[in-house]
Formats: sequence, structure tokens, C-alpha cells
Amino acid sequence: MTTLIGLDHDTLARIVAADIPPGSFVNLGIGLPTTVANHLAPDSGVMLHTENGMLGMGPQAHGDQIDPDLVNAGKVPVTELPGASYFHHADSFAMMRGGHLDICVLGAYQVSAAGDLASWHTGRPGDIPAVGGAMDLALGAKQTFVMMSLLSRDGTAKLVRQCTYPLTGLACVSRVYTDLAVFRIEPDGVVVYDVFGIDFGRLTALVDIPLIDGTSR
Amino acid sequence: MRRVTILQTAAEAVADTPDGATVLVGGFGSAGQPVQLIEALLDSGATGLTVVSNNAGNDDHGLAALIREGRVRKMICSFPRQSDSWHFDAAYRAGAIELELVPQGNLAERIRAAGAGIGAFFIPTGFGTPLGAGKETRVIDGKGYLLEYPIRGDVALVAAHQADALGNLVYRKTARNFGPIMAAAAETTVVQVDQIVPAGALDPEHVITPCLYVDRLVRIKRDLAVSGASL
Repeated sequence: MTTLIGLDHDTLARIVAADIPPGSFVNLGIGLPTTVANHLAPDSGVMLHTENGMLGMGPQAHGDQIDPDLVNAGKVPVTELPGASYFHHADSFAMMRGGHLDICVLGAYQVSAAGDLASWHTGRPGDIPAVGGAMDLALGAKQTFVMMSLLSRDGTAKLVRQCTYPLTGLACVSRVYTDLAVFRIEPDGVVVYDVFGIDFGRLTALVDIPLIDGTSR
Repeated sequence: MRRVTILQTAAEAVADTPDGATVLVGGFGSAGQPVQLIEALLDSGATGLTVVSNNAGNDDHGLAALIREGRVRKMICSFPRQSDSWHFDAAYRAGAIELELVPQGNLAERIRAAGAGIGAFFIPTGFGTPLGAGKETRVIDGKGYLLEYPIRGDVALVAAHQADALGNLVYRKTARNFGPIMAAAAETTVVQVDQIVPAGALDPEHVITPCLYVDRLVRIKRDLAVSGASL
């Protein structure tokens, strides 16, 4: 079997950013999703929410900009943009659960064909679980996008019939952006919209769920 | 009626915290963590504590030090595991600390509910997941919810930016986080602030925590100069 070479992380982040409509209110999860911010056009009017109580978050702070009272969800020092606002934690999560955020982008261990998400715990003995705001975000945003590599280190797909890792939320994921393809979870099934370095036929052999070819849509 | 007491030291502010108390500790990571109040609590010798806080300590200071010294019996939090949570990690792996893991929004809402006189509430977060296991559920308009109960504190330790002499509080940036809801949810609320100004000096439109939630105030000088931030 030849090695598949899909998109690098940065290109994938650019593709996700391009799918975020101008003017959206967006929460970017810790890790890979955070890098989507680097590709949002300055004039897009996208406003970033961070669950620790801020709307209108700016880029990472450096040097003199660093303020210990101003951090993002990953505790990284950030900046504020004109028009930013601060609020307490209960308000911040009411904002999510109340459906006021347009999009959140999260990482994942697994996503099921029904859009179930597993992202917070490997379930392995000895691992210390930490859920943070992932459950609230996955359920609360109008759309939840996942960014992940399609295959795990052992070569099995992370897009699965049923999640075997502990669940973050049920039927909450609408799109899955991976290095090899972009999937949308739609009422009639999982539709492949884009493929990268692989054709649809070969993709179906990698993933153990029925796929609909939407690459020409 | 309770009116705020302004104290000179963090030690006086937490001296009467009993063993076994439930302590709400503000902060998100280090931002808004009332480090000096926590360290005074450590010095007070109080032990067997249940601590409610988003994280389980960072580095070697504040909450991390309280955990390192074995004073925390149980941690209620959403995100214990971080790159610098080594004292919690060690205590957890040694079986020396109990963990109740709560999704972050449920943690915030349970604290808010305690301060707002809510007996319990249905919330969708966690439904169908291991963190909802064993909880009462209800399906409302086709969507699953968990019944969650308030989290009250015997004591809340909060960091704010400014207080006036009556105890009205203003916070700074994302250091606000759990402060306002914890201040309302405890029997005794202790607040450390950067500055205390005369009553009337804060714009009433800008007060975030009204004074009736605050019992004790102590001014702690913070050095933000190294970071270039100005207070």
C-alpha cells in the first residue's frame, strides 16, 4: 500500500477558515482548531468567542502585549480587538447553549456517521480525564465542525459507525475536515465534498461507513 | 444584613475556614486565581477541603500548593489535566484526591444556580455521555436533558480588580471568569483586589458584583509591570 499524503495542518486550517461565512460568531477549540484564526481575512468580520468570557478576541499576545488577565481557553495570552466584550462564565456558556454562536471548530478522537463526537477522554486506565467546555460547545453552537486526521496512527479511520471512545455529545457534528477529505453529515448520510490526494473509490475502502459521492456537487 | 469587612492581610481573611469546608476558588488557569488567599488558606492549616474551581492548580503556586500539601480531599472541576498540573496529577494517581469532573458550562450554571436560589435545573450538556451517567434525565421537545443540582460554597475566594469601600467589585478582562457567580454562591465571600477606592468612585453602571455578595475584602498588591499591563 502506498502512503497517502493528504493536506498539511496549515492548508486544512485555511480550508476551514474559507468555509466560515463573514460576520459569523465563532469559537475555535484548543489545538489545531485555534490555527484557523490565522487564515480568517481581517475584513471578514468574524468575531471570535473564547469560553473564559470574551467576545472579540484578537491574535496571540507577544512581548509587551502580554497581560496575565487576558488569556484564551488554552490559557495562552491573547489581545482584544475593537468592539470586544467581557462576561462571566455562566453568561459565556449560556451564549453557547442558547445557540448564539454560529460555528465552533473542535478536535476529535472519533466522529460517528450520525455525528456523535468523542473528543475528551481516551478512556484508558490511568489517563486523567478533562472535559473543559467541549461538551457545551459541541451541543450549543449552531454548527459544529471537527478538524482531525482521518486515520489514527494504526491506520484505522476515525470516522466510524459508532464511537468506541467516551462520547462528548450525540448527533452534534455537521462537518468533518480531515487531511484526506471533507465530510458533511446530512440527513441522507455522510457526503464527501472534497478529496485531497485520494479518489472517492479509495476513500470508501478506508472508511467503514457508507459514503455518498458529493465531490461533483 | 451583612456589610463588608476590610482586612489588612489575607491571613485574617481566611483564618476561620473550618476543616472539611467547601471552598469555591475563582480563576481560569492563573487568570483571576486568588493566589494570595489560597496561600493564606494553606497557612491556616485548614484541611479535608472540597475545592470547586475550573482547573486543579497550575505550577507550584496557589491551588497547586494546596493540593501538594494534601489539604484537598475532593476536587470539583472541568479541566484538571494541564501541562503544569503536576501536583494534582500525582495526588490523583496516588488515589489521594477524589475528582468530580463536570462540563465547564454545567459547573458554571450549578454555581450560578446556588447563588440564584434555583433548586435544580435541566441542561442538555452531558446527556448521553459518561458524565451524565446516573443522573435523572428528561426529554423536552425531543431533546435530552440532565437534572443538575446547585453547588454551594461555605467560602468563596475570588480575585477582582477594584472594590469600593462598600465591596462593589469591578474585574479586569478575562480574569472575571467565575468571580461574579462564585461571589454569590457562598456563605462567606472573600475577595482580594488590586485597589480599594472610596464609595462612589466606581461608576454604578460598571459595577459587576454588587456589594451585598461580598463579606471580606483584602487589598493585595500585584506586580503586572513585568508584563507591560497597566492597572
